[in-house]
Amino acid sequence: MDIVDLSRLQFAFTAMIHFLFVPLTLGMTFLLAIMESVYVMTGKTIYRDMTKFWGKLFGINFALGVTTGIAMEFQFGTNWSYYSHYVGDIFGAPLAIEALMAFFLESTLIGLFFFGWDRLSKEKHLAVTWLMALGTNLSALWILVANGWMQHPVGSVFNIDTMRMELTSFSEVIFNPVAQVKFVHTVSAGYVTGAVFVLAISSWYLLKGRDLAFARRSFAIASAFGLASALSVIVLGDESGYELGDVQKVKLAAVEAEWNTHPAPAAFTVFGLPNAETQTTDFALKIPAVLGLIATRSLDEEVPGLTELKAQHLQRIIRGQEAYVLMKQYRAGDKSAATVARFNAVSDDLGYGMLLTAYTDDVANATAEQIALAVDASVPKVWPLFWSFRIMVACGVSMLLLFAFAFWHSAKRTVDKPKWLLKFAIFSLPLPWIACEAGWFVAEYGRQPWAIGEILPTHMAVSQLSVSDIWFSLATIAVLYTVFVIIEMWLMTKYAKIGPSALHTGKYDLESPVAKEA
Amino acid sequence: MDYEALRFIWWLLIGVLLIGFVVTDGFDMGVAALLKVLGNSNDERRVMINAIAPHWDGNQVWLITAGGALFAAWPTVYAASFSGFYIALMLTLFALFLRPIGFEYRAKIDTEQWRSRWDWALTAGSAVPAVIFGVAFGNLLQGVPFYFDDILRLHYTGSFWALLNPFALLAGVLSLLMIVNHGATYLQLKTEGELKARSEKLSSILALVCAALFVLAGVWLYSAIDGYSVTSMIDTNGGNRTTEKTVAIASGAWFANYAKWPLLWLIPALGVTGFLICALASKSRRHILAFVSSALALAMVILTVGVSMFPFVMPSSSHPAHSLTMWDATASESTLMIMFVVACIFVPLILAYTAWSYFVMRGRLNEQHIRDNSHSLY
Repeated sequence: MDIVDLSRLQFAFTAMIHFLFVPLTLGMTFLLAIMESVYVMTGKTIYRDMTKFWGKLFGINFALGVTTGIAMEFQFGTNWSYYSHYVGDIFGAPLAIEALMAFFLESTLIGLFFFGWDRLSKEKHLAVTWLMALGTNLSALWILVANGWMQHPVGSVFNIDTMRMELTSFSEVIFNPVAQVKFVHTVSAGYVTGAVFVLAISSWYLLKGRDLAFARRSFAIASAFGLASALSVIVLGDESGYELGDVQKVKLAAVEAEWNTHPAPAAFTVFGLPNAETQTTDFALKIPAVLGLIATRSLDEEVPGLTELKAQHLQRIIRGQEAYVLMKQYRAGDKSAATVARFNAVSDDLGYGMLLTAYTDDVANATAEQIALAVDASVPKVWPLFWSFRIMVACGVSMLLLFAFAFWHSAKRTVDKPKWLLKFAIFSLPLPWIACEAGWFVAEYGRQPWAIGEILPTHMAVSQLSVSDIWFSLATIAVLYTVFVIIEMWLMTKYAKIGPSALHTGKYDLESPVAKEA
Repeated sequence: MDYEALRFIWWLLIGVLLIGFVVTDGFDMGVAALLKVLGNSNDERRVMINAIAPHWDGNQVWLITAGGALFAAWPTVYAASFSGFYIALMLTLFALFLRPIGFEYRAKIDTEQWRSRWDWALTAGSAVPAVIFGVAFGNLLQGVPFYFDDILRLHYTGSFWALLNPFALLAGVLSLLMIVNHGATYLQLKTEGELKARSEKLSSILALVCAALFVLAGVWLYSAIDGYSVTSMIDTNGGNRTTEKTVAIASGAWFANYAKWPLLWLIPALGVTGFLICALASKSRRHILAFVSSALALAMVILTVGVSMFPFVMPSSSHPAHSLTMWDATASESTLMIMFVVACIFVPLILAYTAWSYFVMRGRLNEQHIRDNSHSLY
């Protein structure tokens, strides 16, 4: 593997592990704020105990969120230095604002959330909890503004003298439609994760007949919050589909295995086996018109297929080849007006020209074969996207069903929830994580071959490191993260099993044996 | 406000963020690094940990923010330093990994072995970054080998082992001891009895060692390390022309700014004085004074490095003309402006709620308090 593969692998691994902890944090902070609000409004101490106990589990998760989060911020500089130089003028700002606006708030107040119970009035502590939840969500907002810009770079222009993208409109970057849709979709997915987590563990207590009052109330809050969030994820997911149809046609075509453009409205492939060799989808089960509706909100617009998109890319690569050559000429000192004018005419396709550098150092004389290779690689592989998208949707629909049943039973105030529902909840525990990881895979793998959509190819974005340096970091991170995740899951299971008795209030079912043990 | 002014303001703001990091996260790193040195029993170590428990996470955000601000305001510096110091940065990361989980998980299982392992994790997690940051600054003062190619792609030609040269190691030791001393002054404020007495004693000696090492580093820098100076005009109001200036390497160049503006000597002088006052105050048990003077000394040490190198931030030893300065390695004017406005709004807010959180958690901790609240504390 070369430095590009290794750096990609390291980033993918650290990001995916990081995102095991983020969604739970997003969801739990809100659930904690809701539980504590009920406590302050009703004065019933069981809601304070709920806040504290679920807060304990949240803390175990949060620690690894912080640990794995530091790595994310460092890695742009360590492994993607050309990226950092090339787009830092735009991309760095939301990251810095995230720290100033959100991360400080969240991290300062989490200390008071855990240690301020006896030092703050009820109302002040509640305010701390809500502000902590606000902080985590604002944090997600700015990260997704940054990520949205990678997917769909707006509000910026290339400057040949500084060899980088420079900001022209910060409001376009903030109100980037991709970022806005992604933000709500992602935080809602976090809320679903928190809700499934609380619902599944509460169901386990109910199934075991333990701490019933505590578990029923937790179950009720999680089912209501979860139902609302699951609906939001799905509606906003559909909205993402529309945005893709608008600005990320390649990703959409790959996710849907749309090999060729079909007459509008396009059909939605529910299931099938994408075959890259024949450029068809075997055994496809299609619903007419649905994809056209999702992606274009119309019945008469076409959804372009990969073959047509590649034909467009070929044209752009040829123009980009010229842009790249002129850029090099300018950088070598030929700053004549004619060169500048010719460059400006094709500069929008500079990124496409850079795609050729993966196949030849002599871009000016790239052969037809090398250009063909670049065209082929200008769209991501279909089957991984096709499948991870469908896994995400299947998990989402299953969780929506779960919350619908759970909400129905808690609204009816069923005293003994049916066993199948409790088991359904318990076995659903991994689903939100699978859905989140699959969703991020679609978003990021579907962006390939670009680090910044149509601007900077991934292979150009890396730091010029040695293979052995990256092997060292990747191997160490892999070992450390594995150990951390094992410890985290073990502690989480241990404390979930002890349940609210871990608070040592003297009110819960397992109190005395645990008191001796701990 | 013009581009030149914004660039200068961002040089100051990066300094403020680094100082914010060292003064706040510095004391919790110091306390954690001292766990096995000053804490003689589990209860004592828990007193130490809980003295910083509500604050370490907020403090650490100063580091995250400094990284983010570097990315936004000096993207090329962020790219060059983080990729150039790759192995060093990775070791820092691995160490930093251990802190959040160390704090959170240590009290979750009540066995001696479990706690002792996390104590070591916290010690390493806090001491290693302090040493590496010092080593990094020691190397920046000497220049590091890197160059840009025609499309401004960065190539770093040094090795990790070359970073571990004698001057940089001295800077690393100074950095560690400053942080540890700062932690000890914080413990003077937050603990009682023997633990407090041990902290006083440690600071009264350690602060003197820091003063001596700081002076030694200055003498070394003056006598044996060449500085850099820009010999062409930089258009401080124009777009970055990072590779188009000329730079000379000359002995004593790091002291040119002091010769030009002798008042600047106050900065290192206040640094030394801060350490000396810290030692005296620790001896005479004036705890607030000890902490404040330690914080002052840390701030002045960082400022001294910045002022000596000004306008350089990352000189290139192999291609001096490619050195990064705070005039020609910055973000665009509009990004600097936006980030300046954001900082003006949020830094005062951050300071306000951070101060409030310290106020809420005010007061000293003792072992009885730990035992009484064993299940809710770290």
